[in-house]
Amino acid sequence: MLYIDNISVRFQSFALEGISLEIQQGDYLALLGVSGAGKTILLEILAGLQKPDSGRILLEGRDITNEKIQKRGIGLVYQDLSLFPHLRVIDNIAYPLRRKGIHIREIRETASGLASRMGVGHLLTRFPETLSGGEAQRVALARTLASEPEILLLDEPLSKLDVKLKSELRALLAQIHKSGKTIIHVTHDFMEAATLANRVAVIENGRLVQHGTPDEVLRHPQNEFVARFSGIKNIFPCSVSRSADDPGLCIAKVSEGPSIFFLGERENLKGYVMVPQEDIIVSEHSVETSAVNRLNGVIKEAYLSGYGMEIVVDAGVEFVVSVSKSSREKLRLEPGKKVWLGFKASAVRFIDN
Amino acid sequence: MLRNWKTGLVFMFLSGLILLFVIAPLAGMFLQTPLAQYSETVSDQELMRSIRLTLLCSLAGVLTFGIAAIPLSYVLARKEFPGKGIINGIVDLPVVIPHSAAGIAILGIVSRGTIIGRAGEAAGISFVGGVAGIVVAMAFVSIPFLVNAARDGFASVPEKLEKAALNLGASPWMVFFTISLPLARRQILTGLTMMWARGLSEFGAVVIIAYHPMVTPVLIWERFASFGLSYARPAAAVFVAVCLLIFITMRLLAGRPSRSN
Repeated sequence: MLYIDNISVRFQSFALEGISLEIQQGDYLALLGVSGAGKTILLEILAGLQKPDSGRILLEGRDITNEKIQKRGIGLVYQDLSLFPHLRVIDNIAYPLRRKGIHIREIRETASGLASRMGVGHLLTRFPETLSGGEAQRVALARTLASEPEILLLDEPLSKLDVKLKSELRALLAQIHKSGKTIIHVTHDFMEAATLANRVAVIENGRLVQHGTPDEVLRHPQNEFVARFSGIKNIFPCSVSRSADDPGLCIAKVSEGPSIFFLGERENLKGYVMVPQEDIIVSEHSVETSAVNRLNGVIKEAYLSGYGMEIVVDAGVEFVVSVSKSSREKLRLEPGKKVWLGFKASAVRFIDN
Repeated sequence: MLRNWKTGLVFMFLSGLILLFVIAPLAGMFLQTPLAQYSETVSDQELMRSIRLTLLCSLAGVLTFGIAAIPLSYVLARKEFPGKGIINGIVDLPVVIPHSAAGIAILGIVSRGTIIGRAGEAAGISFVGGVAGIVVAMAFVSIPFLVNAARDGFASVPEKLEKAALNLGASPWMVFFTISLPLARRQILTGLTMMWARGLSEFGAVVIIAYHPMVTPVLIWERFASFGLSYARPAAAVFVAVCLLIFITMRLLAGRPSRSN
């Protein structure tokens, strides 16, 4: 288990403050945050490349806060990969094995084996400058795995790859994780985190703002930043009051927009109301259903998104709604068309300030 | 900017002037020496002995002092410490002081009455009027070329690569020998070449420490002072030709495109 205990470090214009996290053996933790949030600095502190001003790092109960970089047992794959330009692929991968006093033939066999496992077995004699982004990424992974780290740190491993390579590398990372390796993966892409990690931790301005399973964070974001970051698009500032008709309902009055009902017993609060785009039903007419929220509006935009479509409806504020292509064709959901939006109070979430 | 023909013309004219300034005296020296004199000079045993001594002394200076200069260059490239600017200035001192003054300064620490001089005598090494003194004088005036080139070479190696190597379990020694040194080797080789070339051409400091055994710059001076220009010129031309040959070969070797650069 890796225990990060209240780590802080201060630079001239940035500070990482009071980061505490527990990562269990075999966990795949995604460290999420926008650029400059402090994710990479935290990785560098874990790897020993930066010294924290205060706090401790315990690996399997051993305090490694001030341990030498080469003795930590934590392997880091840099965002720019940092492959050694003067060494061939085989020698890059074999580099960590050289120190162990192993026979040269065994070193080469181990390196070749790792290269094959990472899908770069055919590139052994190439120099890094001749590799594509995906190939270089695989070589960097093989090289770090050759050092047999207890924890594998990945700094934005998919950020520079195209869609096809991303998918291939995602599968490879999942395979490495499946083999039992504990991984900490820095990314700014929530979907990337959600597809790979079993735990996510969100960092904002040098502070850990939320951690949990991807599902927990997605369903119960603790603040507006996390909500927006996790991809929730319909999030509006509001003030809350109790419904006079139904004591179990609250009314979120969206600033310069509609009122939205949600389940709860809150009042006199300010905060943000969120409506998951997948939970909104679009219809041509106002239809009587169990959904207490019914709003009419005009379609402003419609565009492809993944396998379906997204439409933007102005109903006092702009709602993004996911629909299938067939629904769009059936209802002729084109810009300018008037539509009704319906969603249940139970689908709406509220975050107070 | 150079696409403008007037500007291009001015730049080309000035560049040509500078190249001519360097080439003309050397070309004049070679052309004014009759061919017959070249073969005569090449078979001049005294000159050949002197050229061999000059090459070897400069090489010895590079090998002995260069080994210590490379770690110093690394420290100057990588570490921040109080007084670093002063140390960088000290490294450049031999370039800015008159070389005869450098010879006097070296004499002050290696002459027979000094600790180093006495220690040398005890070990059978004579600095004043000896090969060891020539090596020291050549290394003194030429070492800034190596330190500066190697420092720039190490500075050009991304520190991240060294950290990546440490992260992969390498010791600092291993990182230095397998990452930093190979990646800076082109600039280091250039520095070594420049140091050697500068050592070969040293006259002022060497002549004060050791007039004999005679290195070629001293021999050329002696022939000029004793017998005149026409007697000194063939020796100078042959020595310059040897230096140029070595210099061009080394530049070609050091300048070969490498993976690290």
